[in-house]
Amino acid sequence: MTTYLLKRLAVLLASTAVAAVAVFAFMALLPGDPAEIALGVNATPEAVAELRRQFGTDRPPVAQFLDWSGGLVSGDFGTSYVTGAPIGPQIAERLGVTVVLVLGGMVLALALAVPLGTFAAVRHRDPLGVAISAASQVGIAIPAFLAGILLVFVFAVRAQVLPSGGYVPITEDPGEWLRGLLLPWLSLGLVQGAVLTRYVRSAVLDVMREDYLRTARAKGRGAAGALWRHGLRNASVPVVTVLGLQLATLLIGAVVVERVFVIPGLGDLLLNGVAQRDLLLVQGVVMVLVAAVLLINFVVDVAYHLLDPRLR
Amino acid sequence: MKGGQVKGGRTRGGRLNAGLLAGGTLVGLVVLAALVSFFWTPHDPTLVDAAGKLREPGGGYPLGADKFGRDTFSQLMVGARTTLYVGVVAVGIAALAGVPLGVVAGMTPRGWLSELIMRVNDLVFAFPALLLAVMLGAVYGPGTLTAMIAIGVATVPAFARVARAATLQVMVTDYVLAARAAGRGRPAIAVRHVLPNIGSVLIVQASVSFAIAILAEAALSFLGFGTRPPTPSWGRMLQESQELLFSTPRLALWPGIAVAVAVLGFNLLGDGLRDYLDPKLRRIRAEG
Repeated sequence: MTTYLLKRLAVLLASTAVAAVAVFAFMALLPGDPAEIALGVNATPEAVAELRRQFGTDRPPVAQFLDWSGGLVSGDFGTSYVTGAPIGPQIAERLGVTVVLVLGGMVLALALAVPLGTFAAVRHRDPLGVAISAASQVGIAIPAFLAGILLVFVFAVRAQVLPSGGYVPITEDPGEWLRGLLLPWLSLGLVQGAVLTRYVRSAVLDVMREDYLRTARAKGRGAAGALWRHGLRNASVPVVTVLGLQLATLLIGAVVVERVFVIPGLGDLLLNGVAQRDLLLVQGVVMVLVAAVLLINFVVDVAYHLLDPRLR
Repeated sequence: MKGGQVKGGRTRGGRLNAGLLAGGTLVGLVVLAALVSFFWTPHDPTLVDAAGKLREPGGGYPLGADKFGRDTFSQLMVGARTTLYVGVVAVGIAALAGVPLGVVAGMTPRGWLSELIMRVNDLVFAFPALLLAVMLGAVYGPGTLTAMIAIGVATVPAFARVARAATLQVMVTDYVLAARAAGRGRPAIAVRHVLPNIGSVLIVQASVSFAIAILAEAALSFLGFGTRPPTPSWGRMLQESQELLFSTPRLALWPGIAVAVAVLGFNLLGDGLRDYLDPKLRRIRAEG
């Protein structure tokens, strides 16, 4: 296990490094010169050259990359070409909001999918089990942002019990913070819950056909007891894999959902950065999101090995 | 094992199943709307009509009009075209790049080339379509083309993985062993034996990827990184509807239904095709 962990960790570090090169190379291909963009069309060549020196964009790309990636390690993402503010603290602040959004959505998705999926598998011949399957198919077809718009319509426009958007920090008013996050969590959780329900259902269906479950029944365990003791851990292996993939999807879904609900998270920062052509900021946010996806994949692989002793 | 073999006295493949029929019908509906829109729409979908602003449904406007007086039904029809266009090009890019990579990786499972392909694949997998589209949009300006390329590139890993898994299965069959014993080279085996036998897996993958591409395009257009105005697109219709949700919710309803119908259709079609083409395919699940 230790060897596996070390090997997998090395892969994680290597791919993060390569991803950093890829992101930097891509953004360095940009036709625009940040200094020219910042100063506008009427700038003198001397002023542009001076600003270039300040930004450090007059140096060779390799030096710029080493500087940028070296800073990343210590959380320094550089200084915005547009606002002049350091980028690291902005990302840190926004990341917290997005993480809360994603984790809430994930918890909700799990809370929906595990009982519903298990029920749909155990009762897969009943009308109710079939209805759950059908409902999950429809849920998958609805993108999170559309679910958000529908939820706003139901809970903010019609029932008028929840706000249609906006974000209040938890330190300011915990109650309003919660009310503001309920609909975004639901948007992400309902859709991902639908996807996950299908996987839980098929994983539980698979274990229900296994010999060891029949053996447990033959030894006198009830259907629920056998499934609880012997089935669910085995069914969890494929589900954890999908969960990891879903977490990455949720992270990206959150970027869009933040737009629907006007939540100041990473997605909001990213899209504003693009709108203002704040390229170093975009570069930093993209790097954080990509690193997060790589980290999630790492955790999933490790969890997979812990859950399934056959892989050790 | 697969291919056109006879199994238990019956040719391969199953009967038409419910998923296939339902999926085929929904997809057919979207395709029909797109095709008809080339020749006829009730109104010009881009025609701004100040007098008909937020026109209620009825009188030649079956679903009403938006805040610019543009006919919602016509916009939906042309939007179907945009959706299918993006899906076809994105899935095409993904298949053209992903399938050869996956087949090569599957035919040389222990080689350095296979290792390299799969590592690069994992890396691309860490760049979701949305991030690629935002990066491309920042450089070249957002539009349908950058959206299609971004979705296509982000879908390459799914095709490569599925093609590799299927190729690995084909490579251990007796007919491939026989072909190798007979001295056939790798390219010939790939074309004569591997591709025909992994075709059905790839068709299923294409259908599932198509559904994901539709979702991605809708999200990108919603964010302003997809299809540019005035070309109608469901995602942008949704974005424009959001501010009017309190007064005219139907503007969000119809494009929302359109996206859901198209995605549901392609998902059901994928599942149905999987069962229809070969029940054994259930072992290799299509990847998102």
